[in-house]
Amino acid sequence: MTAMNQEPTRKIGDVILDLRHISLSFGGVKALTDISFDVREHEIRAIIGPNGAGKSSMLNVINGVYRPQEGEIIYRGEHLRDMNTYAAAKSGIARTFQNIALFKGMSVLDNIMTGRNLQIKTNFLLQALYLGPARKEEIAHRVKVEEVIDFLEIQHIRKTPVGRLPYGLQKRVELGRALAAEPQILLLDEPMAGMNVEEKQDMCRFILDVNAQFGTTIVLIEHDMGVVMDISDRVVVLDYGKKIGDGTPDAVRSNQDVINAYLGVAH
Amino acid sequence: MLYREAGQFKSSYEADGQIFPLRQDRLGIALLLVLAFVAIPQFASAYYFSAILIPFLIFSLAALGLNILTGYAGQLSLGSAAFMAVGAFSAYNFILRIPGIPLLLAFVLGGLSAALVGIAFGLPSLRIRGFYLAASTLATQFFVVWALTKIQWFTNYSSSGVITAQKMEMFGYEFSSPASKYLLVLAIVSVMALLAKNMVRSNVGRSWMAVRDMDVAAEVIGIRLMRTKLLAFAVSSFYCGVAGALYAFAYLGTVEPEAYSLDLSFRILFMVIIGGLGSILGSFLGAAFIVLLPVFLNVFAHALSLPTSVASNLELMVFGALIIFFLIVEPHGLARLWQIAKEKLRLWPFPH
Amino acid sequence: MNLNFFFEVLIGGLLSGVMYALVALGFVLIYKASGVFNFAQGAMVFFAALTCVSLVNHWGFPLWVAILTTIATMAVLGVLIERIVLRPLVNQPEISLFMATIGLSFFIEGMAQLMWGAEVQRLDLGIEDVPMESLLTNFNIIVSKFDVVAACICAILVTCLALFFSRTKIGRALRAVADDHQAALAVGIPLQHIWGIVWAVAGFVAMVAGLLWGSRNGVQFSLTFVALKALPVLILGGFTSVPGAIIGGLIIGSTEKLAEVYLGPFVGGGIEGWFPYVLALLFLLVRPEGLFGEKIIRRI
Repeated sequence: MTAMNQEPTRKIGDVILDLRHISLSFGGVKALTDISFDVREHEIRAIIGPNGAGKSSMLNVINGVYRPQEGEIIYRGEHLRDMNTYAAAKSGIARTFQNIALFKGMSVLDNIMTGRNLQIKTNFLLQALYLGPARKEEIAHRVKVEEVIDFLEIQHIRKTPVGRLPYGLQKRVELGRALAAEPQILLLDEPMAGMNVEEKQDMCRFILDVNAQFGTTIVLIEHDMGVVMDISDRVVVLDYGKKIGDGTPDAVRSNQDVINAYLGVAH
Repeated sequence: MLYREAGQFKSSYEADGQIFPLRQDRLGIALLLVLAFVAIPQFASAYYFSAILIPFLIFSLAALGLNILTGYAGQLSLGSAAFMAVGAFSAYNFILRIPGIPLLLAFVLGGLSAALVGIAFGLPSLRIRGFYLAASTLATQFFVVWALTKIQWFTNYSSSGVITAQKMEMFGYEFSSPASKYLLVLAIVSVMALLAKNMVRSNVGRSWMAVRDMDVAAEVIGIRLMRTKLLAFAVSSFYCGVAGALYAFAYLGTVEPEAYSLDLSFRILFMVIIGGLGSILGSFLGAAFIVLLPVFLNVFAHALSLPTSVASNLELMVFGALIIFFLIVEPHGLARLWQIAKEKLRLWPFPH
Repeated sequence: MNLNFFFEVLIGGLLSGVMYALVALGFVLIYKASGVFNFAQGAMVFFAALTCVSLVNHWGFPLWVAILTTIATMAVLGVLIERIVLRPLVNQPEISLFMATIGLSFFIEGMAQLMWGAEVQRLDLGIEDVPMESLLTNFNIIVSKFDVVAACICAILVTCLALFFSRTKIGRALRAVADDHQAALAVGIPLQHIWGIVWAVAGFVAMVAGLLWGSRNGVQFSLTFVALKALPVLILGGFTSVPGAIIGGLIIGSTEKLAEVYLGPFVGGGIEGWFPYVLALLFLLVRPEGLFGEKIIRRI
């Protein structure tokens, strides 16, 4: 890749994101109840749990799509009552979605370029004239996006409209769009859903590379236990909107509550 | 065989990002420009200028405006004629009340006035979507035209409500002949088309398309919905405003509210649908289609000695049928058909 | 302020609102059942009215025969529309379907005039447009008998439709189709038949509306613009609610007339043309899904 710091920064740092007593409800339905956990810089944090546990809602709270009724978010030392999507994006949080949220009318290249929009400074008038500053900027960002494309090995489809791509490639493009924003925290919502073994291996490789080479903190929802145990540093377990486990993969694996939740023991 | 792109490799992102990456396309557009600017004025008759070319160019500009709003930014609008009216009346008033104001500046100011109105009436788009938005743009259409009719100051207190547009003059030269009007309109439309093309392939265009395709996701990646939508309304209305001013000054010769009715809004929408939503070329193709169709139908009806009422009803039916046809067969319009034709040309004379 | 006059205007407005509601009903029917916003409803109103009137005036049919023939014609039209326009567009986004109905409206308008000519035609339904005796003598309020009869017809129609939707098997099937086409198909509901039925019923409603409007104002091209007036009605009442269409119609009809009479003189008149739309717009800002509409939830 480019002139990035080649030393893999795998040293896990301090707490970068701290969620305290988050409660979220929709009308009468409580999606999240008093959830607290933290995320350390440069780590890979997995959120797991049975379906309907509130994992996606948790991610939505982190990047401001949902506002929790109670609780606070401390991001990089700043106490926030809640987060809004623009602030989240601007402060370096990027994400992918469970059901792909790509812009179906645009090509792969354009989709990933939209990920750069916060870094683009010229206004529309300059862009209309396409002289000097606008042209230079567009090319510079194109360079960056091509790096992402190389990294994800999707050069051959860069001009294809994303609507035509198979599911696995669309997920990769969505990851590319998130990466193009050069995020500090990457929220991935089931990035490997619906993929076969090879695609999953590719995706794991990308996630690990992103974490190793750019030091990006990763918060990941995933159902494939093998993947979770393999690549994550710490795991949070949710069930019915409550936290029932928090620790290293091994600790969580042997936690009786977690086992009960997955096996469906009445509780 | 002639349309091969083999051997035309791009060695820089700049080259890859050109508007016309293929050499053949560049040749084509150069020829077209020469034809438009040099050849046609020499050979075309006054009829062609006044009845076909000038309205085609003006409608293309309006269609460009609507395409930006509806095709690129996904905000359905049935009020484009209202913005054209604002542009026309503003330009008229600026020329009337500021003596010696340059013609182009008056047009630009007309466009800017339309843009301001566009922003005001675009505010609802922040809360309303889809058909509801289309219905609320009807409010724009009816209210604006009513206001321009009722508020006497706009029409300079004229008793008949129909005012003659001032002559178009630049640096002492008066654009009175059809050929000169044509060239002026052509120049303005070409420049604005280029600006539009640049915008839609830059960040602002991508933001618009993102809002169109999935606005929730666009928000999440940091695109500010309000700014993006209002900018779309502003730019679109600017284009429609300038088109409206040209409509009054270079085509009709009068500035009257009735010319900017709901019917015109629909025609522009049809141009955009048939030409291709989200395509600059499509705006031109759609405009050409809608301008030429009545001419053909008239000729056809004449040949069969049908009365004019039959011809105009046929026109309605053919319009309607064609809209449906295009939506079924090629929802991306003539622009897409053109693209497909080019793809086939690449391979010709080989089948695949 | 003359209270009697106010009531006259109000009642007049309410009654014309009932007519708007009738047109809006056609929209709601089709939207409920096929998720399509049928912009061609106005053209259908025009076509139905024109067909009926022409059959009576030019071909000398007795009125009831003309009505029956028109019903049959509208049913056929409905089936054709479903087959030629809707079926090919089944999986397209809503906007495409909406635009197709715009094209359809132009087509039907042209066809109607091609078939029957473009002159204004008078339609006599046998109901006189005279003030109701009882109201005039007792309360000194002038309300047209015609308007009252029209309102009654509307009320009957609406009640029948409401019952149809909630009580009958077909009505249930229609509601299922409106909710989710694919699921309805999966349960074995014959989608095409249902749509054919719906469009035929909408055509019938269009005919009733067309006849009532037409006999009041004469059957002419401007009838198609009545459909545009139905839009604010739908915005207020929601696109999927039958009672909503009624209430929306009443509100729009009355406020339109009241605004014209009481606010109009201050600004030079002609408010009727845009007031309902601006009202609807303001309303949308507060409640984007209308009074009775369903709240749209988007998941991500």
